[in-house]
Amino acid sequence: MSGEIAQAFAKAKARGEGVLVAYAMAGDPDLPRSVDVFAALVEGGADIVEIGVAFSDPIADGPVIQGASERALKAGSTLKRVLDEVVPEVRRRCPQTPLVIMTYVNVVMAMGEERFAKLARERGVSGAILPDLPPEESADLRATFDAAGLDLIPLCAPTTPPARAEAIARDARGFVYCVSVAGVTGMRAELPPDLSQRLDLVRRASPVPVVAGFGISTEEQARTLAAHADGVVVGSALVRAAHADGPQAAKALCANIKRGLKR
Amino acid sequence: MTTETTVGRFGRYGGRYVPETLVPALLELEEAYAKASADPSFGEEVARVLKEFVGRPTTLTPARRLTEAWGGAEVWLKREDLAHTGAHKINNTVGQVLLAKRMGKKRIIAETGAGQHGVATATACALFGLPCEVYMGALDVERQALNVFRMRALGAVVKPVESGSRTLKDAMNEAMRTWVSQVADTHYVIGSAAGPHPYPTIVRDFQSVIGKELRTQALAAFGKLPDAIIACVGGGSNAIGALHPFIGDKGVRLVGVEAGGHGLDSGQHGASLTLGTEGVLHGSRSLVLQDADGQIQEAHSISAGLDYPGVGPELAYLAKTGRMEVRTATDDEALAAFYEVARMEGILPALETSHAFARGRELARELGRGKHLVINCSGRGDKDVATISARGVPPPVGVKA
Repeated sequence: MSGEIAQAFAKAKARGEGVLVAYAMAGDPDLPRSVDVFAALVEGGADIVEIGVAFSDPIADGPVIQGASERALKAGSTLKRVLDEVVPEVRRRCPQTPLVIMTYVNVVMAMGEERFAKLARERGVSGAILPDLPPEESADLRATFDAAGLDLIPLCAPTTPPARAEAIARDARGFVYCVSVAGVTGMRAELPPDLSQRLDLVRRASPVPVVAGFGISTEEQARTLAAHADGVVVGSALVRAAHADGPQAAKALCANIKRGLKR
Repeated sequence: MTTETTVGRFGRYGGRYVPETLVPALLELEEAYAKASADPSFGEEVARVLKEFVGRPTTLTPARRLTEAWGGAEVWLKREDLAHTGAHKINNTVGQVLLAKRMGKKRIIAETGAGQHGVATATACALFGLPCEVYMGALDVERQALNVFRMRALGAVVKPVESGSRTLKDAMNEAMRTWVSQVADTHYVIGSAAGPHPYPTIVRDFQSVIGKELRTQALAAFGKLPDAIIACVGGGSNAIGALHPFIGDKGVRLVGVEAGGHGLDSGQHGASLTLGTEGVLHGSRSLVLQDADGQIQEAHSISAGLDYPGVGPELAYLAKTGRMEVRTATDDEALAAFYEVARMEGILPALETSHAFARGRELARELGRGKHLVINCSGRGDKDVATISARGVPPPVGVKA
């Protein structure tokens, strides 16, 4: 276990707050300017930063993050460049905030699993989220990440039956990412009514914190979920804000959502 | 004989690399398929529909003039172009839509490149009364007007996909995204022997009717198994269907022909088995065309059905272990083969199929006289007439200028 992620949850809990995991796409609009976006997320109150690394075929993503991926690839983003040029800068500007890489498994395979784990850890990354790597395919990669001290953060879905959700939680590193809606990433006006029960179930089984993500974009949604989860992930809404109105807009949205997470 | 080394794996290839939301649906599909396979009445129903509706068995035709012209092995054609809707794709869609009905699914989605799988899915849905949505790259929608119309005429909704390269791989991405959000009541009919487990197994099993018929027909026609079988390979559904029943027959050479596009050196081709590297695309680990950073590259082929940067995991395994020989044919070679077959045998093969024919002459000569070569004639070329005629038509045969 990396340790930094657990600390971030502990600190937020001590302050009586839910954790805000904030996502943006590295390389959108280009590599240096995306560093400003990540820094703005932290200034706005993000407790953990998810650094998206673009993939040509993002099957788990909705239109907003697909668009960001395409812009990042055009700007020359690669996993290697993100680890060399973005992560160290974000680390320097936000030394206290755990960083998590979110990308697709093929991008990690292309670099080599061990090489990625080692390099990411050296650069100060605490964990990784791979939305197309379900539990059945995870064992080898988790062992490789464990050896390097990098957390492989699993996802749990609305379609995951209870026994399977408990197994996912038991093997989790860092936190469990509970997908709130059956679908791709992107803002939703309404979250499913059974979400709070599902979060409660996973939370009871999980030795690590549980966060809800997909579809969350408002202070109100964050407030509702704060009672049932240790935190929330916000992605598409921040990507859209940063793309349309720049880093300050993403910072303001983080601050809004963070207000909803204060108990 | 099976190459499935463990469940869902073909050596290093295969697996199930999809968002967690889909995994329970894939497990449900795997279980439902196992139950259906064990139930004789399901197999009987599929066989009945293939006979009454699809027109199976498709014939094994001697290609006498090609045999003479090529001067080597006797050439025979397995005529999947004669299956209803004009290609082998219907073998799989009939099976999968029947399976979906058995599972109580209320609607069907599919992806398509050239439109043949889309038409075959729309056809099965019309036959069994299920609503159907087909995802198709916007570029392919423009290129394949005939098949777009056929799908719409059959009652399907055609959804143009504007993301990425606007072709087959993007259509598959979008179909998967849609399936994630409607997984409870929807079955996704994948047309290639690719995708997450259990799709490569299911598609192979439904397409194996080609090779099983061929085995019986070869024994009846020339008293032994073929010495070699050639099939074109995109994702690989016709190839795995024709070749799989012969994997255990060491005397039968299995040959796959990939799209060489503008040439293997051009960077514009669809040769994933020849030039691809190990990666994960659309839910399975296989050989894919990608750059050093793991970004999937756009494939190129004159035939939309071979214009795909991946390949089914079982074919990747057969190629890596050497059981299947892999060759390529360029766009120009496929076009030349199209006319050669048209004028020597009276058959307009699909452009995909033309790639298999393009390697026929050399293989027939390698084998030599007295041997038997079967070419899997996977589909007919009507859908390609616009693409082909745009390049001009050669002069008629036997007419003095």
